[in-house]
Amino acid sequence: MESLATLLSLKEAIQEYVHDGATLALEGFTHLIPYAAGHEIVRQKRRDLTVIRMTPDLIYDQMIGTGCVSRLQFSWGGNPGVGSLHRLRDAVENSWPRPLEIVEHAHAGMAAAYAAGAAGLPFGMLRGYLGSDLPKYNPQIKFIECPFTGERLAAIPAIRPDVTIIHAQKADHRGNVLMWGVVGVQKEAALAAKHAIVTVEEIVHKLDASPNAVVLPSWVVSAVCEVKGGAFPSYAQGYYARNNAFYKAWDAIARERDSFEDWMNRYVFGVKDFHEFRSAVEAARA
Amino acid sequence: MPETHYTADEMMTIAAARMLRNGTVCFVGIGLPSAAANVARLTHAPDVVLIYESGPIGTKPSVLPLSIGDGELAETAETVVSIPEMFAYWLQGGRIDFGFLGAAQIDRFANINTTVIGDYRGPKTRLPGAGGAPEIAASSKEVLITLRQNKRAFVPKLDFVTSGGHFDGGDARQRMGLPGKGPVAVITDLCIMTPDHATKELTLTSLHPGVTLEKVMESTGWPLKVSTHLAVTPEPAEVELSVLRDLNERTARAHAGQA
Repeated sequence: MESLATLLSLKEAIQEYVHDGATLALEGFTHLIPYAAGHEIVRQKRRDLTVIRMTPDLIYDQMIGTGCVSRLQFSWGGNPGVGSLHRLRDAVENSWPRPLEIVEHAHAGMAAAYAAGAAGLPFGMLRGYLGSDLPKYNPQIKFIECPFTGERLAAIPAIRPDVTIIHAQKADHRGNVLMWGVVGVQKEAALAAKHAIVTVEEIVHKLDASPNAVVLPSWVVSAVCEVKGGAFPSYAQGYYARNNAFYKAWDAIARERDSFEDWMNRYVFGVKDFHEFRSAVEAARA
Repeated sequence: MPETHYTADEMMTIAAARMLRNGTVCFVGIGLPSAAANVARLTHAPDVVLIYESGPIGTKPSVLPLSIGDGELAETAETVVSIPEMFAYWLQGGRIDFGFLGAAQIDRFANINTTVIGDYRGPKTRLPGAGGAPEIAASSKEVLITLRQNKRAFVPKLDFVTSGGHFDGGDARQRMGLPGKGPVAVITDLCIMTPDHATKELTLTSLHPGVTLEKVMESTGWPLKVSTHLAVTPEPAEVELSVLRDLNERTARAHAGQA
């Protein structure tokens, strides 16, 4: 008998499930990125984390720049449509604020590895990395021969995070979770983990999900936390749009260590939760 | 270069857009490829099926997305699939006619680097990395590449091969087991290059209007082969220019606003 998800505050959920040295996946492909959870991890000063994400995005730039992370597994590390993730680059190029080990993939490999994690298989398989230099630098990428056709295929060890954290549109009072739109790799990432924490825009009486909707049943989720706006500056389809202007503004904020630290001190360490962060950002805009 | 009523970037985007045949299925990279693919959809190729790696299939955005997964891509798509499904069923499954990619560096066999400038372990400049590109380059039936041309981008030897083009030429690609035909054209702000039929080395086949052969040569980091049938790219038509400019204007408006 599996236990149902507990409705917790985000602060409680991070305290209970995210420990120093843990392997975490905060997923969400452009859409539904769990920013509130990332901020809470930064605020609680977790250290030596191995973090996994296909697209590190600003959320891992913030966690890397504040020293939470010792190892990163990823497949595309930029600020989409804008340029570099400057904190990620500073860590890779100059070991600031601490050395960062990188384990680098392509999207197709990460997707296969998450799917294998969800399936309880030892590795993910794909027709991939052919002729790429990535396998020379990443010992996680091996090649196998198809036992039936002899075709050369890539094999990547399954991703099995201690904790996966995602953001979704809705949960019901029992902790069943519903998401839609660009759903990325979140279902696989949640099923691959020992514990899944889901932040949601709202908790509703009834999900009213269509039979083929992307629903995570409560019994595969450890904790559900209601955090309205918790994906900002990414977006939640049906609730708010991606704040492209913020993504552009981040380039200047993160470019220098000083301006980055000032911003983190003011907007993350200087507030008690994501609600206060949103208010502080709103106030600065007014 | 003589005065024209359009910019070199506009010529590049329009020349790239023309490569996309109507009714084909195109896996679209962000940035220059996304602009070109949408200009194609809004001009000569209304039935092109645009796919973005975030999951939207058959999307028809009214503005260019800043990220590869902006909300409008999902709202205007025929369907949105998960990432594992996108890469497994749709890309590796062989359903993509054109993969449309950008690059930071490219070599004479159209191999591309989007990973690192300098040494991988002690990089001079760390770039975003592979994303979907290695498998798009491998599994799409044909690959189009568009980027601005200069010696920093067009290099004799890549610092890192992120995604394979024609490797060291000839039938190298086939021997390595990549399913698709590989790059069929490279479209820049100066010209169009296509791989030689036998050697697969990039060959200059069309100069954009007003661009000299010397200009192309001094913007390329190797002695570029020139086709014996060197053409001049037709100038942008009025309709192509107005579609592109309207799209850029709508996009700028949509992405402005306060952070």
